[in-house]
Amino acid sequence: MDRDILLDVRHLSVGFESYNAKVEKVFFNAISDLNLTVHKGEIVAIVGSSGSGKSLLAHAVMNILPDNARTGGQMFYKGEELTPDVMNRLRGHEIAFIPQSVAFLDPLMQVGDQVVGTLGEKARGLQQKAFSHFGLKQQVANLYPFQLSGGMARRVLLSTSYVTETEMIIADEPTPGLDLKIAIEALRDFRVQADQGKGVILITHDIDLALNVADKIAIFYDGRVVETADTQTFRGDGQGLKHPYSQALFHALPQNGFNLPRCPKCGATCATWNVDEKGMRCGCGNS
Amino acid sequence: MSKGLLQYLTATVLRMMALLIAVTMLSFFLVHNAPMDPVDAFLGEVTVSEEQRAQIAEHWGLNRSPVEQYLIWVNNTLHGDMGESLTFHEPVTKVLGERFRASLLLMGTAWILSGVLGMILGIIAGVYKDRWPDRIIKTFSLLLASTPVFWIGLLVLMVFAVELQWFPLGLAVPIGKVESDVTWLERLHHLVLPALTLSITGIANIVLHTRQKLIDVMESEYVLFARARGESLKELVLRHGLRNIALPAVTLQFASISELFGGSVLAERVFSYPGLGSTAVVAGMHADAPLLIGIALFSALFVFAGNLTANILYGVIDPQIREGGGIDG
Ligand SMILES: Nc1ncnc2c1ncn2[C@@H]1O[C@H](COP(=O)(O)OP(=O)(O)O)[C@@H](O)[C@H]1O
Ligand SMILES: [Mg+2]
Repeated sequence: MDRDILLDVRHLSVGFESYNAKVEKVFFNAISDLNLTVHKGEIVAIVGSSGSGKSLLAHAVMNILPDNARTGGQMFYKGEELTPDVMNRLRGHEIAFIPQSVAFLDPLMQVGDQVVGTLGEKARGLQQKAFSHFGLKQQVANLYPFQLSGGMARRVLLSTSYVTETEMIIADEPTPGLDLKIAIEALRDFRVQADQGKGVILITHDIDLALNVADKIAIFYDGRVVETADTQTFRGDGQGLKHPYSQALFHALPQNGFNLPRCPKCGATCATWNVDEKGMRCGCGNS
Repeated sequence: MSKGLLQYLTATVLRMMALLIAVTMLSFFLVHNAPMDPVDAFLGEVTVSEEQRAQIAEHWGLNRSPVEQYLIWVNNTLHGDMGESLTFHEPVTKVLGERFRASLLLMGTAWILSGVLGMILGIIAGVYKDRWPDRIIKTFSLLLASTPVFWIGLLVLMVFAVELQWFPLGLAVPIGKVESDVTWLERLHHLVLPALTLSITGIANIVLHTRQKLIDVMESEYVLFARARGESLKELVLRHGLRNIALPAVTLQFASISELFGGSVLAERVFSYPGLGSTAVVAGMHADAPLLIGIALFSALFVFAGNLTANILYGVIDPQIREGGGIDG
C-alpha cells in the first residue's frame, strides 16, 4: 500500500438513533458510504453546503460522536486501523482538531488556560506565541469565552492546535469571522505545515477559499463525497470535473459568472436538485 | 459600588419587606380567625370571673380592630418586643432564640451532610451513567425521594435507638440534666439520629440534580473538544465537570434550606427534639398567637436569607455576572 497515506476513510457511514413521538426507534442516516484519503504533505479541502455532514466526518474521525450515533465502515491512520482505543491514544499529540464554534470552549475557564490545556505551565510560552501570531493581545488569555468576539474566538480555537506538534490537523470551518488578513495568515499556516509533511483536512463551505490553499477538493453532498478533484481542475474552464454537481458549483463561482444551474424543463435553480453518485436531476422529475 | 449592584440590593430589600409584611399579615389573619379563644388558651384549666377575662382581653388589646392590633404588633416588633409566649410564659424573642439555636445545630449538620454526600454520590452516578454504580445510586435516591420524613425517622429510631441502643430515643440533651452540665459529646450523641434522618430526606434531590447536571456537562461540546485534545476521563471531570456543576449545586444547596426547614418540623417531632419546628407545633396546639406569628416571621426571614445567599454567591462565582463585557482583541 501507499506509504504516504496518513488517513484513509473507507465506506464510512454515520447515523443517529432516536425515538419519535410514538416512542418508536427511528434511524437517521447522515453520512453514507464515504471515502476519503489524506496523504502526507497534502491539504484536502472538504467543501459542501451546511448540513451536508462535514462536521460529522471530523467528529467521527476524532471519535467524539454522541452516544446515539452509529458508525460503519473503516478508518486507517498510517496503515493501522483507527479503532476507538487507537484514537484515544492519538488524540492531542498525533491528530489535532480545531472545532467549529466557541461552544467548544468551556464557558467557565479562562481561554488562556484552555489553550494550554493539560500540558501545564511549560506550554504557557507557546500559548503566548500563538496569541501574538494571531494578533491577540496577551490580556485575552484572562478572558472567558463569552467575552470574546467571533473573530477572537476563532483565533483562540486556532491557537489550541498551536501548542502541540501533531502529524495531522482537522480544521472545521476555521475562517468565518476572521478579517481577510488573518484568514489568509491562518491558511498560509496550514500550507506551511502541509509542506513540512503533515496532513490537513480543511473543512469549509467556501470553495473559493479552499481553492487558494488546498491540493485536493472533496465535494460533499448529503453525507457523500460526490467527487474528489485536484485543485487544478477548478481552474480554467472546469472541463475536468466529472460530476454535474461539481460542475454546477464551479459555474456558480463569482469568477465564472455566478451561473446557477437551471432545469431545462421547469427552470428551477439548485435547491430542488437530487444528487447521487451518477448525477443530478431536478425534483420536477422531467430531466 | 456599581449601579447594577445598588439596584439589585434595593430591589432585594424591597422584596424582602413585601414578603415579611405579607407573611405577618397572613398569619395575623389566620390566627385572628382561628376557632380558639386566646384567653381560654392562656388560662387553660384555670377558671376566672368574666370581669377578669375582660381585663385580660383589654390588656392584650383584643377588643381593638384587627388592623389596630396588627399595627401595634408591628410597632412593638420594630422596638424588639414581640410579646410574650402564652405557652412558655417567656418573651417570644427569648423562646425563638433558644429554640433556633438547637434547630440551627440540627439543620446545619443535616445541610452539610446532605450537601457533601449528595454531591459525591451525584458525581459518581453521573460519571458512571447507566452502569452499575449509577443504577444503585439512582434507585436508592428515587426510593428515598418518595419516602416521608417521619417514616424514615421512625425506622431510624427503631433500628438505632430501640434495637441497637446506640443512640438515645429523643430530646437534645439527657433527661434531668441541668443545661450547664451538658457536654458537647452528649449533645452530639442526641443530634446524630435526627440529623441523619433530616439529611437523608434532602439528599435524594441533590444526588439526582448533580447527576443530571454532570451528564449534561459531560455531553457538552466543550467536553467533546477537551476529549479530542486527549484529556482523560479524570481530567474531564476535575477540570470541566466540577467547574460547571458548582454553580447550580450552590444554588440548589441554598434553595434547599426551605425544604430543610419543612422537614425539620417533622424530624424534630419524631425525635422530640426541642427546636423551632417542634415549638411551632406546640404553639399551634395551644393557640399561642404571639409565638406563632413570631415563628412565621422568623422562618420567612431564614428562608429568604438562604435564597439571597444563593443569589449573591451566584454573582461571585459566575464570571458572566461578575465580569460583564470583554475587551477588544
Ligand atoms: N447529534 C445529532 N443527532 C442527530 N442528527 C445530527 C446530529 N449531529 C448532526 N446531525 C445531522 O447531521 C447532518 C450533518 O451535520 P453537520 O456535520 O453538522 O453538517 P455540516 O456540513 O454543516 O458541518 C445534519 O443534517 C444534522 O442535522
Ligand atoms: Mg459543520
